[in-house]
Amino acid sequence: MTGELILFFVLALIAVTTAVGMLVSKNAVYAALYLVLNFATVAIFYLMLGSPFIALSQVTVYGGAIMVLFLFVIMLLGAENIQAEITLQKAWPAIVLTVALLGLMIWMAATQVPVVGLSAESTLADAAPQPLAFSLFSTYLLPFEITSFLLLVAMIGAIVLTKQDKKGSGK
Amino acid sequence: METANLYFNLVPWIVYFPIIGLLLNLTIGKKLNENGIGAIAVSASAAAFVVAVLQAYSIGIHHEAVSVKVADWIHIGELALDWTFRVDTLSVTMMLVVSGVGTLIHIYAIGYMKEDVRFHHDEPRFRRFFVFLTLFITMMMVLVSGDSYMMLFVGWEGVGLSSFLLIGFWYDFDTLGRPSFANSNAAKKAFITNRVGDFGFLMAAFLMFWQFQSTNFDNVFAAVAHAEPWVILWITISLLVGVAGKSAQIPLYIWLPDAMAGPTPVSALIHAATMVTAGVYLVTRSAPIFTLSHDAQYITATVGALTALFAATIAVGQYDIKKVLAYSTISQLGFMVAAVGMGAFAAGMFHLITHAFFKALLFLSAGSVILGMERGHHHLAHHGHHGKGHEEVFDPGDMRNMGGLRKQMPVTFWLYMIGTVALAGLFPFAGFWSKDEILADAFHVFPHVYWVLSAAAFLTAFYMGRQVWMVFFGKPRHEVAHHAEESPLIMTAPLMVLAFLSLFGGALNLPGLHTLTSWLEHTIAIHPGEFNVQVALVSTVIALVAIFLSWLLYMKKPLEAGQPDPLKKMLGFVYTGMENKWFVDEGYKFLIIDRYTDLAKFFAQVVDWDFWHEWFHNSVIAAGFVWLTKFLANPIDLGIVDNISRVLAGSIQYSANNLRKLQNGFVRSYALSVMLGVVAIIGYLLIK
Amino acid sequence: MIPVNYYLILSGVLFSAGAVGVLIRRNSLVIFMSIELMLNAANLAFVAFAKMHSANPAVVHNGQIFVFFVMTVAAAEVAVGLALIVAIFRKKQSIDVDQLNQLKG
Repeated sequence: MTGELILFFVLALIAVTTAVGMLVSKNAVYAALYLVLNFATVAIFYLMLGSPFIALSQVTVYGGAIMVLFLFVIMLLGAENIQAEITLQKAWPAIVLTVALLGLMIWMAATQVPVVGLSAESTLADAAPQPLAFSLFSTYLLPFEITSFLLLVAMIGAIVLTKQDKKGSGK
Repeated sequence: METANLYFNLVPWIVYFPIIGLLLNLTIGKKLNENGIGAIAVSASAAAFVVAVLQAYSIGIHHEAVSVKVADWIHIGELALDWTFRVDTLSVTMMLVVSGVGTLIHIYAIGYMKEDVRFHHDEPRFRRFFVFLTLFITMMMVLVSGDSYMMLFVGWEGVGLSSFLLIGFWYDFDTLGRPSFANSNAAKKAFITNRVGDFGFLMAAFLMFWQFQSTNFDNVFAAVAHAEPWVILWITISLLVGVAGKSAQIPLYIWLPDAMAGPTPVSALIHAATMVTAGVYLVTRSAPIFTLSHDAQYITATVGALTALFAATIAVGQYDIKKVLAYSTISQLGFMVAAVGMGAFAAGMFHLITHAFFKALLFLSAGSVILGMERGHHHLAHHGHHGKGHEEVFDPGDMRNMGGLRKQMPVTFWLYMIGTVALAGLFPFAGFWSKDEILADAFHVFPHVYWVLSAAAFLTAFYMGRQVWMVFFGKPRHEVAHHAEESPLIMTAPLMVLAFLSLFGGALNLPGLHTLTSWLEHTIAIHPGEFNVQVALVSTVIALVAIFLSWLLYMKKPLEAGQPDPLKKMLGFVYTGMENKWFVDEGYKFLIIDRYTDLAKFFAQVVDWDFWHEWFHNSVIAAGFVWLTKFLANPIDLGIVDNISRVLAGSIQYSANNLRKLQNGFVRSYALSVMLGVVAIIGYLLIK
Repeated sequence: MIPVNYYLILSGVLFSAGAVGVLIRRNSLVIFMSIELMLNAANLAFVAFAKMHSANPAVVHNGQIFVFFVMTVAAAEVAVGLALIVAIFRKKQSIDVDQLNQLKG
């Protein structure tokens, strides 16, 4: 067992644990914090897979922006104490289905994908952000621009949705 | 020879110029005064004449026929029709005549229509007249310049339409200016009679397409040499029906006298000089077909000759100045058709040209006479000379009201005299040469035609003499004739040009020189007729005798007012026949129109009403429909259709009640369904 | 040298965890977080596949670029989604999704 593999299993354990923690925590703030830890772990996976740009995007976008937004909303609504009533009687069809899906996915990953070893060492130099940026601004320029438009629309949409509608309060 | 530096590519303008003039008058003409409208129309016609002269110059150098394609027209399967103009000596001759005479008549018409619209108290109609007249020039140009029978047919129908429009120009009046349907009826008569002829033309064109897969002149003429005799005969006979309609031959001539309801320039341009000669042009154009069938030539020549004589006899008995000329036109067209029928194409075309000159001259002078009488009538009415004739409607065209007009209208008188002598065929006027050429050819080819035509020539000289004596000599038989006034220069100037042409037009094809014959020989095969001194002498003597006879009858003892025609006593019932056009119109009415009305009545009452409405509709359709409705209503609709829909409605209601429960509004249960779908699809993909 | 299959299995486990969260939790904020977790799981698989095919220059960056776009869309989605939750909370004083069943048939 190499150090690399040990690192992988440790991180995997943290990831799964935080995911389940988010799932079962009754307080929404704890759930959010579990998720932040989960995202950080995934970012380390990205680094191991030779994608430093994506790893940093993960930290800034997910950890920095999205989760902060979540926490803001939780605080704003005072929703941290809402009881998460998980009743297993009602949840068992969902759990059965999900376990079935998980089984399928594991079976697929184990049998349908060729076993290729992924090494973390040699790739850091190749995975510099420049070629990625070059590709992003040449081949994928149009989707990139469309994405910027999408963000603009989302921003406007968020403003419109959260605007206090004084006249419409009687609805 | 090289055609590049010649003017053949200008030939479409022969049609474009009149169209431009027409559109100008149609659009901006409302803002122009009468002189402006007239100027546009005259320029359009004159520009077409200039183009025609350029074409004549070009064809004079090049000689060979040239086709100028303008656009595709119809391309369906084997049928390939294009808008193609054909320039050869024959079409150029027609272009020159049409645009030349047309321009002169346009000029004349400015003066004529100015007064005519005032007599009818309808000045705005002036513009419409010129639009129609230019439309006629356009269509006539299409007719003479087309490269195929179908393009010729477009022009053929187009001139028929303009003729219809112009005959019925004063559609709400009769010829004497009273409110009536008479003029529009005359227009309809012309149009419908022509339709019979057009049917013949179309039959010929269809036959050509059926047999030769083309209606293009060159293709047809090339193919016709190998065609079977019955095909040639039927084509020529069908064409002859078309000719009889358009060129007013027996039995379809009846529309032309009524066509005099149109204003006089129209009578001169369309119903004397150009449109009615389209039939002659058609036969000449189809010379390669006609020369292949002796029977067709015989029939055509005989029809022409009989028409010439028959119409001439009627002309003797007419009192209306324009009616005499109308029957004279039919008679002269008979001469031409007889000529081209017996293969004397050059003689026929020669007579067509000279006739266009002197008959246009005569008609326009007659118009001048009529307007002179109108002015006299107007003058009297305004100066309070209430003679006994003024309470009743005055007919300015009735020769019995005229007399002694040479003093009041000297210019018109001299012009009319030139036209008369040219028509009578006296040496050295144009009519002498052309008529003589026809007679000389007939003498050799079809002797019976020669005799009939000679008789017609005798009558021609006689009725023209009668007309001149009655109109211009003797004493005025009506107060109005005392006060008749001469026409203005704008009307007489074109007449002088025409008079000049009537005098010297014979020079086109003098015996021995054969200018026109050799000119036309580039296009059609012609055997030049020889000048025959004997024939010429005989016809001159005939003409002189006829004029002398008319002098005896109408000049020695001039007609008094109210006195019957001296011929009436001498000829008795024969003259009554001439006077009444041999009752042909009445005969047609009895034989065709009344029978047609009877048939229509029979169809309306017996077939349509009794059989169709009463029996078929009520007994068959209505009863059957009632039975069918009952059948459909009871067993089908109530029994089957309703139950199907009840079952459908019930099952849908039942399933809706149950499916409704699935829509429980909980987003998590929907998500669960999505999950189920995902698992199912992935499972299926893996198991597959 | 970690086999790509390990990453895929990890990705599947995380995805399943997210799916369970969506299906059994009633707090809409936690449901939303679970969705983010599912997106992350998918991203992980993308990056792993990108690494697996990094020898092929034609597709070397496609996986990463796709992840980049997914992140962008996720950001937009969070902005709009949280705005929606705020709006719903104002209306109903609750973020329990089981209270939102007006569309019941």
